[in-house]
Amino acid sequence: MGIEKPYLDIPGTTVFDTDQAAAGYHLNGFAKSLTKAENRERFKVDEDAYLDEWPMTEAQKQAVRDRDFNAMIALGGNIYYVSKVGATDGQNYVEIVSSMTENDAETHKQMMIDGGRSPEGNRYLHEWEGR
Amino acid sequence: MAHVSASVYSSHVPAIGVAIDQGRTEEPYYAPLFAGYQPARDWIAKNTPDVVVLVFNDHANAFGLEMIPTFALGMSAAYEPADEGWGARPVPTVKGHPALSAHIAHSVIRDDFDLTLVNDVPVDHGCTVPLSIMFGQPEQWPCAVIPLFVNVVQYPVPSGKRCLELGKSIRRAVESFDEDLDVQIWGTGGMSHQLQGERAGLINQPWDNAFLDRMIDDPEGQAAVDHVEYVREAGSEGIELVMWLVARGAMADLAGGPAPAEVHRLYHVPASNTAVGQLVLEDAAHSRNA
Repeated sequence: MGIEKPYLDIPGTTVFDTDQAAAGYHLNGFAKSLTKAENRERFKVDEDAYLDEWPMTEAQKQAVRDRDFNAMIALGGNIYYVSKVGATDGQNYVEIVSSMTENDAETHKQMMIDGGRSPEGNRYLHEWEGR
Repeated sequence: MAHVSASVYSSHVPAIGVAIDQGRTEEPYYAPLFAGYQPARDWIAKNTPDVVVLVFNDHANAFGLEMIPTFALGMSAAYEPADEGWGARPVPTVKGHPALSAHIAHSVIRDDFDLTLVNDVPVDHGCTVPLSIMFGQPEQWPCAVIPLFVNVVQYPVPSGKRCLELGKSIRRAVESFDEDLDVQIWGTGGMSHQLQGERAGLINQPWDNAFLDRMIDDPEGQAAVDHVEYVREAGSEGIELVMWLVARGAMADLAGGPAPAEVHRLYHVPASNTAVGQLVLEDAAHSRNA
């Protein structure tokens, strides 16, 4: 019997489970290394050289180069890890988070002030069909 | 003997720490939130405990994917603020209470909870932001802190029921410690928020307010709620709210005593990407005002 994953029917959401963690082990290890100032400096000086120190897939490396957080998460990243790439770039959490949505940072910030994204129509995959 | 005098429940949004660190709490964006915090700050000024058992999750700072403890108890005399990628917060070193940590470890593990015991770990915003919310910017934190790290980042994460039962066990541990200590237990994280994916920015105010109601009146009922409801209704990072149940489990009513007294309740949207909640419950059996 496989692992039950009732969370797979939630749209626009990736739960960081053991399968995701296995796929993203080195991607997340790379990202966590950016909690050290000297590593942030080395990454900023030569991103490709720094990425090549980690046995990540080419797709994972490209997602980092593109700062494509949705792609990083699809490839096994966890937001608390990969957000450290944004931190290294000097981004805050609103900037990082909004980059994964349809909104730019200012629009996202205003959406939050207005009460955030409603759960209505955002609970089940079938509610997003045709989007 | 030591006793549990109160429980405090708090979001631990990093941006709230940044606002305090940078002196921006009176800006229009933050002023209503900090006005909302003031009653809790006034309360704790009169009810400063000797020790806080502070329940929170690490956010890929103390622990990586090499080892993932479900429940990890800090055993150290001191914990340094973590560099989370932006540089460490300019806040005091968190001072521990090794004797009470050791006692809790012995009591809770013998009570069938397989805690991981950790030393020399940094503490991130999950620990230091609630301290800043309650105490502001002191030169030293006014009490000892025992960090209790809960894994809510990589699934499988512990159930609400398991968290509530752990709180009950921690109460028994504290009450069997010989030294006369006033101990509070803080549960942190939440409320509704989602930091990833196209659904990021989710906030569910009715769900959050029902959660606050049940934290006061029906913690056993809330403890039965499955993870998938937290994720669907309160966002992928809303799962942090199970940690509030650890603190709630340590109140007297779940050991056959009287219900706690509600001292303070706050709900505010937003701080950064997150709905903010705060509760202060005094233990009716042991509070200073009892």
